[in-house]
Amino acid sequence: MSYDVVIVGSGIVGAACAASLSASRLRVLVLDSSGIATGTTAAGMGHIVLMDDSEAQLALTGYSRKLWNTLAQELPADAEYEHCGTIWVAADEDEMNEVRRKQIVYASHGSDAEILDGRALRELEPNLRGGLAGGLLVQDDSVVYQLCATKFLIERAARYGTTIRTGTNVIEISDDGVRLENGEVIAAGVIINAAGVFASELSPELKIVKRKGHLAITERYPNFVRHQLIELGYLKSAHGSDGDSVAFNVQPRITGQILLGSSRQFGVESNQIDFEILKRMTNRAFEYMPDLKTLSTVRVWTGFRPATSDNLPYIGKIPGHENVYAAAGHEGLGITTSLGTAELLTSAILGKKPAIPIEPYLPSRTITEH
Amino acid sequence: MNKVTTDVLIVGGGPAGMSAAVAASGNDDVRITVVDDNPRIGGQIWRAELGKLKSVEALELLALLDQQWITLVNNASVFSNDGSSVLAETPSGRIQIEYKSLILATGARERLLPFPGWTLPNVLGAAGLQALVKGGLDVQDKRIVVAGTGPLLLVAAEYLTSKGARIVAICEQTTNKKLDRFALGLWRSPSKIVQGISLRSKLRGIPYYRNAWVTKADLQSVTIQHFGQTTDIECDMFACGFHLVPNIELAQLLGCEVADGFVSVDDYQQTSISDVYCAGEPTSIGGVEAAVVEGKIAGFAATGQIIEANSLFRARKKTTAFAKALDQAFELRDELKTLAASSTIVCRCEDVQYGKLTDHDDFRMAKLQTRCGMGACQGRICGAAVEFLFGWKDRSVRPPIFPVKMENL
Repeated sequence: MSYDVVIVGSGIVGAACAASLSASRLRVLVLDSSGIATGTTAAGMGHIVLMDDSEAQLALTGYSRKLWNTLAQELPADAEYEHCGTIWVAADEDEMNEVRRKQIVYASHGSDAEILDGRALRELEPNLRGGLAGGLLVQDDSVVYQLCATKFLIERAARYGTTIRTGTNVIEISDDGVRLENGEVIAAGVIINAAGVFASELSPELKIVKRKGHLAITERYPNFVRHQLIELGYLKSAHGSDGDSVAFNVQPRITGQILLGSSRQFGVESNQIDFEILKRMTNRAFEYMPDLKTLSTVRVWTGFRPATSDNLPYIGKIPGHENVYAAAGHEGLGITTSLGTAELLTSAILGKKPAIPIEPYLPSRTITEH
Repeated sequence: MNKVTTDVLIVGGGPAGMSAAVAASGNDDVRITVVDDNPRIGGQIWRAELGKLKSVEALELLALLDQQWITLVNNASVFSNDGSSVLAETPSGRIQIEYKSLILATGARERLLPFPGWTLPNVLGAAGLQALVKGGLDVQDKRIVVAGTGPLLLVAAEYLTSKGARIVAICEQTTNKKLDRFALGLWRSPSKIVQGISLRSKLRGIPYYRNAWVTKADLQSVTIQHFGQTTDIECDMFACGFHLVPNIELAQLLGCEVADGFVSVDDYQQTSISDVYCAGEPTSIGGVEAAVVEGKIAGFAATGQIIEANSLFRARKKTTAFAKALDQAFELRDELKTLAASSTIVCRCEDVQYGKLTDHDDFRMAKLQTRCGMGACQGRICGAAVEFLFGWKDRSVRPPIFPVKMENL
């Protein structure tokens, strides 16, 4: 049996690629060393969010969010897709300037966002402390239970004829196909490296490093939080690329549970919980939402974001290869950008014009051929 | 945050933990700390008796525990480790306790299995109902069916009778043959046979069915399967427990080796991690006598009293044999795997039905896709159930092992 496409990795990015490519009548095989969506996808937050860290990021998150909002009608109930919107919380007047800047950028991108003053903010989110300057409400953002969304994408791919082999460890990718740990060689016309934090082990050309994060989830407190709330300081924290950082980032789940983030650490391999940074993370959250202190926390876990040096994913052909493509390095935005990534890659493989320019995401941007 | 240091830290103040503390106190040079998550020590078995104690052994231990070098920390639930210390949540906030040696005496909990109706308000665990009555629930003149498996059914029935309940029937799922073999073995365990006889005489007149198990329950009755026949028995309450499951979460979190669901220990009750000991139910379900002897050995060994520890090996041989006999006698029959209907809830925290679980190959995938075991009880109930139903054993453990207030993390 030979395949048109072999996808290495069945996280949400690999699953989205499989669904998109098989819908275009390609014969697809998905391989995963573990189970479906057991890596970064399983550890993440499931926030579908427009981000404007760069023009290219805005384009990709905007395009992807549109795809999500279309897909929403088909998602099963267990994907828990909820159009709850994001509020970027501004602590002071400085950050309100950032709110106004952001609002203009979003508007120019065709995305309405509403500026909230301090009072309006508290009306929408009564558990935020008093005295915050305001915020930016981005209505079109959503949350999703990414694990069931990934399962949905995989099942869709399977209906279009995709074969899925989990527990299958790929140890080498070449222009002809992949070699498995057990020595088996699988031939394919196109190979997609969607292996997340493991992508650079298989394709050393890709410069992807692990960025560790912590999340905590509470018992059920319905309506305690109603929108995804992120402090505007998040941008500084998320992209100040050196030291460890934390930011207030809280998500309401349909179950009434509250998911709390976030922390960022480079150069940490251990998946153990780091109580020091966890404390910093919860303390940061208490500064914005003091009543979180008394909520019962059921679980804490960690995960690794596949980070690139310019905070943009690798989408497209890997330099020095004829048939090997990358769909990796999505850092903390993989849930949002998975659908856009899949469509861009499908266009590139089929030689069609992409919906948005693919150049900013091509692996060649940071890689010199050797 | 409050930080405490101690030489020997004992987690759990039941028979094993109390015995360990008293044994350890034989070494005058060590400071000993016992943490327990309840307002009073004693564990599940002795707690309610404290103050009006019937057990001489418990009374003695309690008197000995009243020494200045033993510190008792009540209302403290240990939710994580952090290097060679543990973190515990107390009503007044979080404490960190640093130790040189650690003795895990974390006891066991009841195993509950799903069957149609098991989530109804009048259906309770056998030990669970007993605990509620100890806490003040009135069962006077209530008609109660007690079912499931294990010696706890008799203990619960006796206790409920003493509180005025009318036990309509006791249904034990195991076979005559296994029970008879177990009863014969009891002769080698004198104190237990006395217990058994006194229980039986108190329970005289109550129908005791062997080979009998529940198939469903509703608000007025339970349906019992007995030698190929089903019988509806009317009752006001139904108490149903399937023996015990060890509390090994803290041991797992520390990285102690676990085999067949129990913490592995050497002759001195030491786990695979040096200076971390384990005693009582987490090493094998052997009841109070096993807990006491293992607790003593651990307490002696952790404080360098090796001769004293060695002197108890013979006694432990007996309790270990008893634990093994218990295990064989009350092994769950395969029919119990078929009780749940597709719509029967297995995970009560997350409302996950049996039919949603059957597609999955292992617990991790089931968890990720259905959230089974990811609710407030952290899989303590459904984890043991799915292990029996599907053979899923891969229970991952991470802190906090009990829900804690976010400020205490």
